[in-house]
Amino acid sequence: MSAKWAYALAILISVTIVIFYVLDPTKTTSVVSFSLRYAVPLILAAMVGIMCERSGVINIGIEGQMLMSAFAGFFGAALTGSLLLGTMIGVGTGMIMGAMLATGAVTWKMDQIIAGTIINILAAGLTSFFYAQGFTLPGITPTLRIPVLADIPLIGPVFFDNGLFTYAAIVSALLLWVLLFKTVWGLRTRSVGEKPSASDTSGIGVQKMRFWNVTIAGGLAGLAGAYLALEAAGTFERGLTAGRGFTALAIMIFGAWNPIGALAAAIFFGLTQGVASQLQTDAVVDIPPQFVNMLPYVLTIVLLAIVSGRIKPPAAVGRPYEKD
Amino acid sequence: MSTIDPAQTDLGITDPDPRRSGPLDRVPAIVIPVVSVLLAFAMGGILIWLQGVNPLFAYQVLFRDALGSVDGLERTMEKSTPLILTGLAVVVGLRAGLFNIGAQGQLLMGAIGAAWAGYNFTLPPLVHLPFCLIFGILCGAAWGSIAGALRAYRSVSEVITTIMLNSIAIALVDYLASRPLKEPDQPLSRTPLIAESAALPYIGPIPSGFILALVVAVFFGWLLVRTTQGFRFNTVGMNPGAARYAGISVKGTILLAMAVSGGLAGLGGAVETLGITGRFEPAFNIGLGFDGITIALLARANPLATIPAALLVGTLRAGSSSLQFQTGIEPEVVSVILALTLLFVSAPIVGKLLFRNRSIKQTTVTKGWGA
Amino acid sequence: MTSTRDVALEARGLTKRFPGVVANADVSLKVHSGEILALLGENGAGKSTLVKMIYGLYEPDEGEILIKGEAVRLKGPRDAIRRGIGMVHQHFQLVPVFTVAENVILGDEPHRGPFVNMRKARAEVARLAEEFGLQLDVDAKVEDLPVGTQQRVEILKALYRKADILILDEPTAVLTPQETDDLLGVIKGFAGSGVSVIFITHKLREVLAIADTIEVLRGGRAVGTTTPSETDAAGLAQMMVGRSVLLTVDKSPAQTGDVVLDVVDLSAADDIGLPAVRDVSLQVRAGEILGIAGVEGNGQRELVQALTGLRPCRARTVTVQGQDALGKSPRAVHAMGVGHVPEDREADGLVGAYSVADNLVLDRYSDPEFARFGVRDLKAVSALAQDLVGQFDIRTPSADTTVQSLSGGNKQKVVIARELAAEPALLIAAQPTRGVDVGSIEFIHSRIIAARDRGAAVLLVSAELDEVLGLSDRIAVMYDGRIVETMPAEGADRARIGLLMAGHAVSET
Repeated sequence: MSAKWAYALAILISVTIVIFYVLDPTKTTSVVSFSLRYAVPLILAAMVGIMCERSGVINIGIEGQMLMSAFAGFFGAALTGSLLLGTMIGVGTGMIMGAMLATGAVTWKMDQIIAGTIINILAAGLTSFFYAQGFTLPGITPTLRIPVLADIPLIGPVFFDNGLFTYAAIVSALLLWVLLFKTVWGLRTRSVGEKPSASDTSGIGVQKMRFWNVTIAGGLAGLAGAYLALEAAGTFERGLTAGRGFTALAIMIFGAWNPIGALAAAIFFGLTQGVASQLQTDAVVDIPPQFVNMLPYVLTIVLLAIVSGRIKPPAAVGRPYEKD
Repeated sequence: MSTIDPAQTDLGITDPDPRRSGPLDRVPAIVIPVVSVLLAFAMGGILIWLQGVNPLFAYQVLFRDALGSVDGLERTMEKSTPLILTGLAVVVGLRAGLFNIGAQGQLLMGAIGAAWAGYNFTLPPLVHLPFCLIFGILCGAAWGSIAGALRAYRSVSEVITTIMLNSIAIALVDYLASRPLKEPDQPLSRTPLIAESAALPYIGPIPSGFILALVVAVFFGWLLVRTTQGFRFNTVGMNPGAARYAGISVKGTILLAMAVSGGLAGLGGAVETLGITGRFEPAFNIGLGFDGITIALLARANPLATIPAALLVGTLRAGSSSLQFQTGIEPEVVSVILALTLLFVSAPIVGKLLFRNRSIKQTTVTKGWGA
Repeated sequence: MTSTRDVALEARGLTKRFPGVVANADVSLKVHSGEILALLGENGAGKSTLVKMIYGLYEPDEGEILIKGEAVRLKGPRDAIRRGIGMVHQHFQLVPVFTVAENVILGDEPHRGPFVNMRKARAEVARLAEEFGLQLDVDAKVEDLPVGTQQRVEILKALYRKADILILDEPTAVLTPQETDDLLGVIKGFAGSGVSVIFITHKLREVLAIADTIEVLRGGRAVGTTTPSETDAAGLAQMMVGRSVLLTVDKSPAQTGDVVLDVVDLSAADDIGLPAVRDVSLQVRAGEILGIAGVEGNGQRELVQALTGLRPCRARTVTVQGQDALGKSPRAVHAMGVGHVPEDREADGLVGAYSVADNLVLDRYSDPEFARFGVRDLKAVSALAQDLVGQFDIRTPSADTTVQSLSGGNKQKVVIARELAAEPALLIAAQPTRGVDVGSIEFIHSRIIAARDRGAAVLLVSAELDEVLGLSDRIAVMYDGRIVETMPAEGADRARIGLLMAGHAVSET
C-alpha cells in the first residue's frame, strides 16, 4: 500500500471529521476523544511490536504481556495505595515478560510464535488463578490540560486535555520514530532486523541488541496494561485485554513498521470503533451489540487482507540468528 | 565422506537420526514430554502449597476424582473427546506448517451448526446423526478455510487471523443463540434441544463420541504417514519450494490443511453438542483452543500421541471441580500447570538439562509473516 | 622479495572443530605487509573457516594468531577491525534496504551524541571512494546496485575502518572475466601501498596471476606453500586434490538427433518485476549438451525457472519433443520428459528432513508404482531407493537417513539420481556441481555425459566457465537476459567468451 493511498485516506478522514464537527461540535469532539483514548493501548502495543520486529523478533505475546501488567498494575496500585507505584509495577512486569520472551526467542532460539503463545497462555492462567475480588484503586488517574493549545477548536480538547497515559502513547510513537531513523541505536537495530549477518560482521552484537530491545519493549506493553487497568477500565477482570495485543500487530503491519504510520493506523482504528459505538448509542441503525463487538476483529482481518504481501516486513524477522 | 565446510552447512537444529547407531542415541523421544509434565506438576505443587494445601493430597484428590470411579472416568472421557479433536486440529495444521490458534472458534461453529442441524430437521435416526456430525464438520471447516484462504492467497499470517476469527466466532454464536436460533419462550440464550435421533449415544459409561475421536486420531496417524495426501501436507510444511517442484500445489494444500483442521475442531464441537449438552449454549470456556495447542506440542505433532496427551489434560480438567470443592484450590491451577507444561515442552530447557550438548529437534512453525 | 618486510599477520597451528567435523587442523601461515597471499583449496577445504577465525567470527580451539608480532585473542569482528583486519565476504554482508553510506558506516557511525551524523558520513564515504578509485553513488540503495558495484561497497567498508590486512573471500565468484581483471588490478594496487591481502579462491588462473605466495589447503590442513614461479595449474590442482585430476572431461563427439527443446522469443521477469529474460531463443537436440555460459545474475536462473514451469513467462514457442510446454506447471513439464537439477537444491530440490528414499521419489510419489488410491507403497519406494543409491554411489548410512546429514556432493547426487532415473528426454542442469567436492564433480560430469550419450538433450547452465567449456558441445553466452552468441564448443575462444559474458559486442573475426 503505497504512501499515496495512506495520505489520501488521512486527508479524506480529516475532512470528514471537520464536516461533522461543523454539524455537531460536541458529539464529534466526544467521538474523536473517545477514539483517541481507545487507541492508546493499541498505539503502545504497536510500538512494542515495532521495536521487536524491527530487531527481527516476532512478538505474539504482547497480549499476555499487557494482561499480566494490567493485573500487576491494578493490584499493585490497590495494595500500595499509589497509582504511580502501580504504573511502575505494571511497566516492570511488562519488562520481565519481555525478558522472558527475549530469553526464549533470542537466547534459546525457540520458535518465536510458540514462545509468544506460551507467554499468552501463562498470563491467562496466572491472572485467572491469582485473581481476587474486592480490590479498588486508590484514586483516578490525573489528567493534564495544556493551556492555550487546549482551547483550539476540536484539536484542542482532543489532543491537549488528556490523561497522562495518552500523552505518553503519542510521545512514545514520535520518540520511537526519531530513535529508529535518526540515531545510531536505530540504524543498528534496523540492520539487525534486516540482515543480522551484516551487523555481526560489522561488530554489532546481534543477540545482545535483540535481547535488550525485546525486554525494554516489554515495558511499553506494561504501560499499555497499566493504562487499561488504571485508567480505561478502572479495575481488573479476566480477559481485560480482549485481543488488543493482536490487533496491535495488525496495526503495526498496516503502519508498515513505522511508528508514525502505526500511530495513524491506531487512531483510524479508534475512529471506527468510536463511530460504531456512537451509531449504536444513537440507535440510528439496529446493530446487535455482538456485531459492534466484532468490528475491530473483522476490521483487522479485512485490513490485513488488503495490505498483506504489499508491505515488506524487516527481512530477517522471525528467524533466530545463527552464525554460519 | 568428504569434509564438510561448516561455513556452507546450515547450522540449524537437526533431528538426531534414530537409525544412526550409538548408545546415547537410544533415548526415546517421549522423555522430554514426560519430564516436562512432571516438572510442571512440581511447580504447580508449589503454587498449591502456597495456598496452604498439601500438594500431594491435592493431586490425589484430582486424580482419584477423575479416574477412580466409573462416573469419574466417564467425565474424563467426555472432557477428553473435544481435546483429542482440537489437538488433532492443531497437529494437522502444524504438519502443513501452519499454526492454527483458531480451534476454539472452529469448534464453536461446529457446535452451533450441529445443534441447528439437530433441532431443525426431522430425519430417520441412522441418517440424522451422521448428517449433524457432517454439518458440524463443514461449519468448522468453512471457518478454518477463511484463515486458510487468507494465508494461501493473500499471505496473511494465520496466527493473527485465527485469533481474530476466534473472537468473531464467540460474538457470532452469542448473537445466533440469542436471536435467530434462540429457543423460544424462555429467557436464556440457547438453541432448542436436538432431536432424539441426532443424539450421540453412550455405550455403557463410554461416550460414543470418545470412540469416534480415537478412531479419527488413528485415521490421521495413518493418513499422515502412509498416504499421498499426508505426503503433500508434510512436504508443504517442511519445504514449500521443494513441494512446488514436486508438483504439489502449495496454496491448495494450505487451504485444505486449514479446512481439515477446522473440520476436526468443528467435529469436536459437534460431538460436544450431540453427545453431551444436547443444545448450544454459549459458555465461558475459552480454554479448549489453547489446550489444543498444548496437546499438539506435547504430542510433538504426532496424531496418535494426541490421545495420551488429551487424556492427561482431560483428567486434569475433569478433576478440577472436585479439587476446588475439597480443597478450595481454584480450578485455574490446572491452566497454570498446563501452561508450564507447554513451556517446558517447547523451550529447550528440559532438553538442555538432560542431554547437554546434543541438539534436540524443536517444533518450528514461524516462517515470518506467512509469505 | 618478501624477506625484508614485516610480518603483518601470522597464524600458528590453528585448529577449529565443529560437531562431527574438523574444519581446520593445525594450520599455519604468514603474510607480510604488501604481500598477496592466495589461499587455495576446493569447496570444503577449510579456507572460509580459517579466515573467519582471523576475522574473529570464530574462536580457534587451538593455536594462536599474531598481528604485527603480537599474540591476540579475538573475541569478535570488532576486535579484528580494531586491529586493522578487514573482510570482504563471499556472500556480501550488506543490508539491502540501506544506502551505500549507511552500509559502510554501520558499526562505526559518525555521531553527535546519540544521533547519526549522516552528512559527515556521506562526505566521508564519497571521499574514500574517490581516493581508492571505486566509483559509487553514496545515496543509492544497495539492493538497486549491480553485483560488481555491491562488492565495491564491501571493500569500502573495510577501507573505511582503515584495514591494512584485507581478506577477500572468493571475490571473483560473481564477476565477469573483465570485472575480475579490474578487481585483480585493484588488489595489486592495495598491495603496492602496503596493505596485506589474503585472497581466497579456488580458481587456479587467478592465483597464478597475482599471488606472491600460495598456501594450499586440503581437508582442513595446510598441505603446501609455494609461489607462482615454482608451480603451474596442474601442480596446484594436484596439491588441492591429492591426486591427478582430470582437468578436462573425456567425451566422444556428439551424435545429435532431433530437436528436443525449441524455444523462440522467451521473456520473463525477475522477482521484483524487472525484465530478466529478453526474447531468448535456443534449440537443444537429442544427444548434445548446450551449455549456457554467463556470470550469475544475467537471467539464467529465471530462464531455467521459466522452462521448468516455476516462473511465468511469455514466448512465441516453447516445445519439448514437439509438445507445447509454455505455461505448464512443473508437474506437467516433468511429465513431458524433462528432468531438472535445480540451482538451489536445498530450497527447490530436496526436503532436508525427509529420508534419502523419500527425496528420490519426490517427483513420483503419487505415480502408480508408488501409490494406489492415495495410499503409498513404501516397499516399492524403498526398493527404488536401494537401487539408485547403489547406481549413483550415494554415500549414506542407509536409504532412510535424512538427507540433511549428507554432504553437499551426496545431496546433489540424490537430486541427479532422481532426475536421471526417470530417463528424461531433456535434462536441465543448473549449477550442477556447486558446493560439491572434486570426486563427486567428476562423477556428476560423467553421468551428464552418459545421459547425453544415451540420447538425452542436455541444457547446462553454469557460472563455472571451465565446466561449460569442458562439458558442452555447443555454447550459448547469456548477458543481460539475452543470448548474445551461440557457437560450437570445439575451438571456442575463452577470451572471446569472457568478453561476450561482459556484454562487449565482439565483431566476427
